[in-house]
Amino acid sequence: MDSHRINQLTHQRINQSRRDTDMKIVAIDKKDWEKGLDRLREAYRLIGPVKEDRYHYFRELPQGQAPDFDFFNTRISAKEIVYPQSEDLFEYTLDETKEDYHLLKEVEKDYSPKAVLGIRPCDAKAVELVKLNFDTDDYKDPYWLRAWEATTFVGLACDSPCSTCFCTTAGCGPYHEEGLDVLLADDGDRYVAKVLTEKGENFMKAAGWTEGAEAEARFESGKSAAEEKIVSTVSTEKLRSADTLALHGNEEMWEDISFSCINCGTCTFVCPTCWCFDIQDEVHGKQGRRMRNWDSCMFPIFTVHTTGHNPRGTKLQRVRQRFMHKLKYFVDKYDAGIMCVGCGRCVQQCPVNIDIRRVCDLMDRYGATDACAVEG
Amino acid sequence: MSALSPAIQDREELVENPYLPYPVRIDDIVVETEDRNLKTFKFVFLNEQDEKKFDYHAGQFAELSIPGKGEIPIGIASSPVEKGFVMFTVNKAGVVTTHLHNMKVGDIMGIRGPLGNWFPWEMLEGKNVLLVGGGFAFTTLRSSIVYMIDPANRSKFGNITVVYGARTPGMLLYKNELIEWEKRDDIDMHITVDATDDPDWKYNVGFVPPVTEEKAPQGDENTYAIVCGPPIMIKFTQPVLEKLGYTHDRIIMSLENRMKCGIGMCGRCNIGRELVCKDGPVFTLEQINQTPREY
Ligand SMILES: Cc1cc2nc3c(=O)[nH]c(=O)nc-3n(C[C@H](O)[C@H](O)[C@H](O)COP(=O)(O)OP(=O)(O)OC[C@H]3O[C@@H](n4cnc5c(N)ncnc54)[C@H](O)[C@@H]3O)c2cc1C
Ligand code: SF4
Ligand code: SF4
Ligand code: FES
Repeated sequence: MDSHRINQLTHQRINQSRRDTDMKIVAIDKKDWEKGLDRLREAYRLIGPVKEDRYHYFRELPQGQAPDFDFFNTRISAKEIVYPQSEDLFEYTLDETKEDYHLLKEVEKDYSPKAVLGIRPCDAKAVELVKLNFDTDDYKDPYWLRAWEATTFVGLACDSPCSTCFCTTAGCGPYHEEGLDVLLADDGDRYVAKVLTEKGENFMKAAGWTEGAEAEARFESGKSAAEEKIVSTVSTEKLRSADTLALHGNEEMWEDISFSCINCGTCTFVCPTCWCFDIQDEVHGKQGRRMRNWDSCMFPIFTVHTTGHNPRGTKLQRVRQRFMHKLKYFVDKYDAGIMCVGCGRCVQQCPVNIDIRRVCDLMDRYGATDACAVEG
Repeated sequence: MSALSPAIQDREELVENPYLPYPVRIDDIVVETEDRNLKTFKFVFLNEQDEKKFDYHAGQFAELSIPGKGEIPIGIASSPVEKGFVMFTVNKAGVVTTHLHNMKVGDIMGIRGPLGNWFPWEMLEGKNVLLVGGGFAFTTLRSSIVYMIDPANRSKFGNITVVYGARTPGMLLYKNELIEWEKRDDIDMHITVDATDDPDWKYNVGFVPPVTEEKAPQGDENTYAIVCGPPIMIKFTQPVLEKLGYTHDRIIMSLENRMKCGIGMCGRCNIGRELVCKDGPVFTLEQINQTPREY
């Protein structure tokens, strides 16, 4: 089942790279940028980074507002574009005099095309990883998939990564194309755009940006220059072969890693690859709705049974779950690398400086040692 | 954008919403136990065709959905050989279960499923089956027994032995059926209670593990044990089964982690890489041994 999924995925990638050969590079004069955006608005809802207070967030871009590309990365990842923090699934009435009383009805939603401008390659690749969870052979999450399908991902290459970025060793990179329909790079008084998919082609046409450019060199040199700036790394080679139970059972290591965690959940909320959610009913008068909200494995209530028993009742158990899921269970289950794209958000925003790069290295080092030696 | 819309439409037709429950009506409510904390709810599907779609095996569970309150994962107590209804036995514990206990015959609610895997019926064909149950975890074992002793299925299995215990006679589920099964000669029943002051009590007195030790058949390559019960019972039954010669690949259990989606997406029920809701709830002890046992 899993291998089947992976095959599909590889397939997609092959198709994508096939298209790469006749892939187009288009030049967009910055003078034409706003005009193009206006044309796009006729067919798409536009979303892009906007500075609020000190940080950038993804917001809908109304007429007259261009995305602000003067940013490192957004404070919160782009996952909310496809997967909102809080989302209605169904609505119903509790009024017994109504014929449809207690019957759940899907909430009408706007799945008209939207385009996200300036998503970083790490966030785009993260969407592909999250898709492994929501698009399975057995079940398809209709809310996630409809939103994903309605979205065109227009990436912006990272020419000045942050000190906390480690994408190049996390299966990603500043010019990574996975999950993107178009990749933009800043080129002085113009943008150059690599058109990667059919969705991307439609987007460029709608904008009226069609002027071909010989700019392969700009991408090549930009890529190597940006990659060189990323000095922070993780080692992941031995995670796959590490023994799950031995790694899980290394209480001393987990005690050390989790000691200062306050289980605030920030790391999971800002992370582009964390997807856990809760389902709740909310009632106002006789009108009710069932909704889902982002949840976090860092919260004790996430797993507590009604009896009070909690399989992950301690902080150590919860921190271990987060890292084991990202760096071991996911690795084993999908064979698609780690469940982290190296965006560095959790590293930057953890109030007590817990650093996934260090944890990953510790786990990887542990994988290198044979289990007997470690136990001894 | 017109170029996109056909794809989106396709998707809508393709995807059945796995979060949408089938609407059902409560058809009957039976108080099972003397403390009135356990009730069995019989549901009928509002749309007849939904019953066909709800095609289940003994050992699976479903999410009972009460609009305004939420959803709870509950093992299916009825059996696939019983038609026209589905049945669940629910312990009053928290918000949703308490609300359900206060609902009436005729009320409308929802059922989402069937969910999870089931006891390995194909593998169990031709084998002797020992079922060990305690407390209200007997529900999917009831489903299994009714399935196995159905005239169409009984010949597919070897000896069937049941050890089922509750605190007192008044706490046993499905009492009428238990008595009927006691009378049959194609199923070896061992009902037990922890204690009783009823002088007419004809069955065993004692905890499930020692009764199992005394009454259960020896384990061999043709005999499998299915164990469902509270953690304490499972803990003390395991060494008994080992002593009787049951290897870990022939001890089958059902786990109960906290769940929400029931379809492997919300991420809370995992034990290592296994999701209890989708890869389980049924595992062999051998499989469980390979997980971090976070249940
Ligand atoms: C596979 C499976 C089969 C089960 N079968 C039965 C059964 O046949 N009969 C029975 O009485 N009980 C069964 N349970 C336990 C039952 O699901 C919980 O007792 C019930 O969810 C408690 O809900 P509540 O709203 O009353 O409790 P509260 O504590 O008020 O609410 C907790 C909420 O958490 C969620 N939740 C989901 N799973 C669990 C869980 N395992 N424990 C606690 N909360 C959970 C629900 O949304 C629930 O509403 C089963 C559990 C699982 C996982
Ligand atoms: S952000 Fe840091 S302190 Fe907060 S839950 Fe995550 S690891 Fe713990
Ligand atoms: S785990 Fe941290 S670095 Fe990795 S993708 Fe999530 S937020 Fe970014
Ligand atoms: S209950 Fe949601 S993943 Fe298992």
